[in-house]
Amino acid sequence: MRHVISLLLENEAGALSRVSGLFSARGYNIESLTVAPTEDPSMSRMTIVTSGSDDVVEQITKQLNKLIEVVKVVDLSEAAHIERELMLIKVRAVGKDREEMKRMVDIFRGRIIDVTDSSYVVELTGSLDKLDSFISAIDRELILETVRTGVSGIGRGDRILKV
Amino acid sequence: MVLTGAEIVVRCLQEEKVEYLFGYPGGAVLFIYDELFKQEQVRHVLVRHEQAAVHAADGYARSTDKVGVALVTSGPGATNAVTGIATAYMDSIPMVIISGQVPTAAIGLDAFQEVDTVGITRPCVKHNILVKDIRDIAPAIKKAFYIAKTGRPGPVLVDIPKDITAQRAEFSYPQEVSLRSYNPVVKGHSGQIRKAAQLLLEAKRPMIYTGGGVILSDAAKQVTKLARQLGFPVTNTLMGLGGYPASDKQFVGMLGMHGTYEANMAMHYCDVLLAVGARFDDRVIGDPKHFQAEPRKIVHIDIDPSSISKRVKVDVPIVGDVKEVLEELSRLIEAGEKPNPENTAAWWKQIGEWRDKKCMEYKNSAEVIKPQFVVQKLWEVTGGDAFVCSDVGQHQMWAAQYYHFDEPRRWINSGGLGTMGFGLPAAMGVQLAHPDKPVAVITGEGSIQMCIQELSTCKQFRLPIKVLSLNNRYLGMVRQWQQFFHGNRYSESYMDSLPDFAKLAEAYGHIGIQVTKPSDVEPVLREVYTKHKNDLVFLDFQVDPTENVYPMVQGGKGLTEMILGSEDL
Ligand SMILES: Cc1cc2nc3c(=O)[nH]c(=O)nc-3n(C[C@H](O)[C@H](O)[C@H](O)COP(=O)(O)OP(=O)(O)OC[C@H]3O[C@@H](n4cnc5c(N)ncnc54)[C@H](O)[C@@H]3O)c2cc1C
Ligand SMILES: Cc1ncc(C[n+]2csc(CCOP(=O)(O)OP(=O)(O)O)c2C)c(N)n1
Ligand SMILES: [Mg+2]
Repeated sequence: MRHVISLLLENEAGALSRVSGLFSARGYNIESLTVAPTEDPSMSRMTIVTSGSDDVVEQITKQLNKLIEVVKVVDLSEAAHIERELMLIKVRAVGKDREEMKRMVDIFRGRIIDVTDSSYVVELTGSLDKLDSFISAIDRELILETVRTGVSGIGRGDRILKV
Repeated sequence: MVLTGAEIVVRCLQEEKVEYLFGYPGGAVLFIYDELFKQEQVRHVLVRHEQAAVHAADGYARSTDKVGVALVTSGPGATNAVTGIATAYMDSIPMVIISGQVPTAAIGLDAFQEVDTVGITRPCVKHNILVKDIRDIAPAIKKAFYIAKTGRPGPVLVDIPKDITAQRAEFSYPQEVSLRSYNPVVKGHSGQIRKAAQLLLEAKRPMIYTGGGVILSDAAKQVTKLARQLGFPVTNTLMGLGGYPASDKQFVGMLGMHGTYEANMAMHYCDVLLAVGARFDDRVIGDPKHFQAEPRKIVHIDIDPSSISKRVKVDVPIVGDVKEVLEELSRLIEAGEKPNPENTAAWWKQIGEWRDKKCMEYKNSAEVIKPQFVVQKLWEVTGGDAFVCSDVGQHQMWAAQYYHFDEPRRWINSGGLGTMGFGLPAAMGVQLAHPDKPVAVITGEGSIQMCIQELSTCKQFRLPIKVLSLNNRYLGMVRQWQQFFHGNRYSESYMDSLPDFAKLAEAYGHIGIQVTKPSDVEPVLREVYTKHKNDLVFLDFQVDPTENVYPMVQGGKGLTEMILGSEDL
């Protein structure tokens, strides 16, 4: 099962490698991991997308909690939550492809943020599925490069992760 | 008060009331050694290898309730310490290791004797800290001691670059530590404890299984009290020996791979299991699937939530300190109805039948010394009162099986990592902590050679340790597996070209005695504990080279699938 785990941790040197080291040392999967400071610069927030049986995910959250620098851990996927990911994708855009690409970007509610004679850079945010669909909707041959941030997650409504 | 970084380090150790600092000097810690030179409160013990410094600090911690402290230099000093740190980590021993680091400006430039100590040790410490500013030294050391000894204990490393030990800053030792991200739960959930009491009182086939957590939390009294109140059988893990008096009639012996028949059978067939500060290790329950195939209710008390339901699903988890939780459990049981001994009468009868197998009996010999016999005699001669430090191998198992520990913190061994070379240096820490107590090392000719250089440290500090080497001329534990599971192919397990250990001990300035006859075992031990009470004596017992450790549960097998003797092979 896929799980989205969100954590608050002290914004200290080494904290990130403690988390990533834990995953590799104990053989847990990481699909994606994103991290950046919060509104309180002493704290970072991390979103980890992982997969595993319920037992494994229970161990993951317990082991994360054990790390001294980890302040709080929640499994967002246990209840209603929102996931978003940002993708920047550079595509070839010449001749008839230029119009077609513009149309696709509009359909996916993306934006073209850089334009040259022969290429666009498209900015797209959304769920993982949406970004995947965009990639499969356009012609593979036209993709020059892609960069994705990995999923960031947040609980809906009253579910708040704060100290 | 303005002090140098090095002065601050030493002042912090003084504030923490550190009696002994086990260490080895080098370039990156020269300023710290200079400050140590100028004071007397913290006594430095110069070992002969950094691994031994960490093991000695570890032995000191295991035999007391204090934090063990070691000091090593950067690069090779730190890497030599890693085995010791990992050993302490696996057994949850509270320690602080201070390592020197190259100057801050040189970090990352492949400087002389630079290694990423914090990176290398990250997976085998409870926590570690690279101090980059002199003002952080005192808070880092304070935090290190606090983290090491609270919650589930463990080693904490503080890495200090050389330049900041020479700088100057205002010093004041923090009185308290408060970490928003670290607040171990101590008191157990009272609803859960009530549930546990209920289950225990209804049990027909109960079992109390206690581990290293009882020793670490100094809760042997509480275990004994509860076990007596309930009248239930008790077993200990290798790490938990001494957590319940071995000579008591409710004690069924150690369980696990080399545990007793009765302990393993009772563990498997019980209907209610109370697990106390023990982590259902693979050497304890064998194949978890086999173990879980038998229905039983499990109550598990542990301070570390990640120990609970890790390998075996439990029914009543109680996160908290063993001591606190057991006290509350005892109170509840005292206040309620008296447990009815009739509930468990049939169970005790069954246990009696299992005991009748007498799985610990061994065939003694008049010609060749049996290793079990040596341990049994040591127990008799010392009246069970010695601190017994062990290395790793067959001799370790015989020590655990035949020295009956009635008190906690007397049995000092590396269980989780199984580190050969641990015994002698650990004994140095134990002997320093208990100068007037008998301290014995039970070792093998393989293990002792991994840290034998420490005989020199023992001489310098006049440590009257008794080393009992059960010399079978084999890496016996390896040979046993090769005999059982690899068709008698003794690949690289014979110890050729052994030194004359008695002479070697003498070369270090100690007394060395080789013992070859069974009839000499007891007289020699008596002499050693009377005439040579104040000397280090190295006893090289030439024991039966082919003796095996029984019972044995083969790795991956179920707990009840025991090999009880050569007839089961
Ligand atoms: C050659 C060899 C053979 C071995 N054979 C056996 C064998 O036959 N039988 C056997 O038992 N072992 C054996 N071992 C040892 C085994 O590998 C494990 O080290 C051992 O079983 C673990 O013991 P434990 O479960 O008591 O856990 P420990 O490692 O001692 O862990 C202690 C537990 O208590 C918890 N704890 C700590 N402090 C507290 C507190 N204050 N309050 C509450 N909980 C706390 C911790 O979180 C942890 O879960 C062998 C080792 C070797 C090297
Ligand atoms: C540092 C280290 N290396 C290897 C091992 C694997 N090992 C476990 S027991 C053992 C043999 C120990 O031999 P000895 O000390 O003579 O004890 P015996 O089993 O003969 O009593 C070995 C090699 C280990 N535990 N530790
Ligand atoms: Mg041997």
